[in-house]
Amino acid sequence: MAKLYLNESPNEKVEKLRPKKETIKFLLNYSKALHVLDGKHMQYENLLN
Amino acid sequence: MKKIETTTDATLVRQYLDGSEDALSKLINRHQQRIYNFIFSKVFDRDITEDIFQDTFIKVIRTLKRGKYNEEGKFLPWVMRIAHNLVIDHFRKNNRMPKFDNSGDFNIFSVLHDEDLNAEKLMVKDQIESDVRELIKELPEDQKEVLVMRIYKDMSFKEIAERTDVSINTALGRMRYALINLRKVIDKHNIVLTKY
Repeated sequence: MAKLYLNESPNEKVEKLRPKKETIKFLLNYSKALHVLDGKHMQYENLLN
Repeated sequence: MKKIETTTDATLVRQYLDGSEDALSKLINRHQQRIYNFIFSKVFDRDITEDIFQDTFIKVIRTLKRGKYNEEGKFLPWVMRIAHNLVIDHFRKNNRMPKFDNSGDFNIFSVLHDEDLNAEKLMVKDQIESDVRELIKELPEDQKEVLVMRIYKDMSFKEIAERTDVSINTALGRMRYALINLRKVIDKHNIVLTKY
């Protein structure tokens, strides 16, 4: 039974999709640029390029 | 020999919170395919998948940087939940803002939607999901655990087996009995879980 469930999907193409490199790069740059500042009563987000 | 990945998600999250951008890169790299495929399996469109994937991680980054993340050890299910919610938002938005297809003949019925009916459908769907959640609570603990991991956290049976420290066959068996027991309860109480 385990074998039945663990067999690779016939739709192999779908299984191997990945996000674009640009998307990953954007996210990593976004993370580097984002700074959260703690205010007295709330937090402020700041994007530093 | 293949090098075994030993750094846990929780450790990487901690390193990221301590300022290591490289840790975020590792987390994204580790889970990107799973999350991307999960989104694609729901929306079947590469561009939309790309957008939702990006929005998911923007939310992850913002939550982590704001210090609001408190689910140590459950990073992937948490990210999957965010992705799942964004997929739902996407479908809700699309239902409310129907776009007509310019290819082929213009069909007025593809643009006109009965908003009341949509709201009703949404309420019925929410009610069904809420009923199912209540029914799941009635299941024996071991079956409930497997069902929740599989359906709500989208974990594979291999992962469930590892997490619950049982064999894959046991995990599969528990899932099978969970579904059988759910059906029994539904039949016994004549519960209607269909949309229309």
